[in-house]
Amino acid sequence: MLFNIPWNLSSNWTFAWSILPILLIGLEVTIKATIFGFLLALILGLPLALLRAVPFRIISWPTAVLIEFIRDTPLLVQVYFVYYVLPDYGLIFSAFLTGTIALGIQYSAYTAEVYRAGLEAIPQGQWEAAKALSLQTRRIYRDIVIPQAIPRIVPAMGNYLISIIKDTPILSAVTVLEVLNVAKIIGDRTFRYLIPLSMVGGLFLILTVISSVLVRYIERRLPKEGIPLK
Amino acid sequence: MKQKPIARFEKVLKKFGDNVVLNEFDFEVYPGEKVVLMGPSGSGKTTVLRILMTLEDIQDGVVYIEEELLWHEQKHGKRVAASNAHLRKMRKKVGMVFQLFNLFPNMSVLRNITEAPIHVLKIPRKEAIKRAEDLLEMVGMTAQKNMHPAQLSGGQQQRVAIARALAMRPKIILFDEPTSALDPEMVGSVLDVMRKLADEHDLTMLVVTHEMGFAQDVADRVCMFDHGRIIEAGTPQEIFTTPKEERTRQFLNSVINREDTVTAPTVQPDRDK
Repeated sequence: MLFNIPWNLSSNWTFAWSILPILLIGLEVTIKATIFGFLLALILGLPLALLRAVPFRIISWPTAVLIEFIRDTPLLVQVYFVYYVLPDYGLIFSAFLTGTIALGIQYSAYTAEVYRAGLEAIPQGQWEAAKALSLQTRRIYRDIVIPQAIPRIVPAMGNYLISIIKDTPILSAVTVLEVLNVAKIIGDRTFRYLIPLSMVGGLFLILTVISSVLVRYIERRLPKEGIPLK
Repeated sequence: MKQKPIARFEKVLKKFGDNVVLNEFDFEVYPGEKVVLMGPSGSGKTTVLRILMTLEDIQDGVVYIEEELLWHEQKHGKRVAASNAHLRKMRKKVGMVFQLFNLFPNMSVLRNITEAPIHVLKIPRKEAIKRAEDLLEMVGMTAQKNMHPAQLSGGQQQRVAIARALAMRPKIILFDEPTSALDPEMVGSVLDVMRKLADEHDLTMLVVTHEMGFAQDVADRVCMFDHGRIIEAGTPQEIFTTPKEERTRQFLNSVINREDTVTAPTVQPDRDK
């Protein structure tokens, strides 16, 4: 029994059927961690990319080092760090929040690079033409740079979304009851691992397939060569 | 022409790293004048345009537009580097047409033209659209007003780019090799628009081009550049038929031999108005 839901061990099929609602509770946590982690990464990545692009080395260089540091250390180390070290400094987060913050930070280093590449891909001529028309910097970003950068950014971001989904089981290391952790507990208590773990694999597959279909749908609706689709 | 120059370079120094592009460069353009700048690549002619458009700064000397300092400001009696606000104000007097058009691909043709008038000049949207439609008619692009740049040929894009520059009502319009990225059969339509512009508007035009036929028809003055200096200047007739400098002769020959599409200039009836 987990979350007050009993399992039925009389046959493989009844077992699978009875633990499905338990796994779905775990899956909900997985989905929430994915969404919050991804949103955090999208939000944190933009200032990182902009700071990195600042023409003053005193700002851009430490930012570059920070991005590199985040990218080159394992996610699990960052999760442990947020969970075990930050409380020493008075920063105490719930296990779930710990996990999503770590995911968000790790992936902000990746999204920052995506934003940077997206912005750098705007040809110099676009800036020059906008400047020749006396457009203000804010207006150039709003009407010219960002609309052209988005179609370049979305596909890469979509890949990271799917990557985050697959990284959420790491949260089980700090006791978060996400779907893999739930399956493992079921296995520990029933000594039957095959069925819950296979079901988790299947659930992740469904989740990633839905996400990639969604990403591809959004991609297809983006303007091609600047021409908006009807 | 004894009026005050609309643009003036005085002892301008421009370097890219150690590479000196313009040195002690003096140059004047008068209101309404059509000047063609010619010369080998790297001779500094495009740099002159880019300095006027404030896309390149200068290391020494001064540039005036309408007797006002472009790259400097007077503050407390001292000459200091221009602020962004000053550059923005000065920039509005100048428009530029680029070799690679540089239209905004995410905007329709019409919005490419109305964007700056609406947001920079604060012209009411309706009025800006009306004016843009007039300009599109002038460049022969009315039918394509709702299309996007990627759907247009190079020549069509360049004509839209000309309309976009004109929509800001600049006093000076700069053309940086406007036809050199175009297929040969597209060149004519763009040059036709530029000819029309030269006739219809009391507009100062600075054109970097190797189209001798165009220069012959339109230019009041042709300036021959070499190594960051104007080695020879005069009417198209003077430069093309009786060049004084050997270097000019060499360059013109190479242009004529390279492009068979360029009609060799012939002496034409006096076009002075």
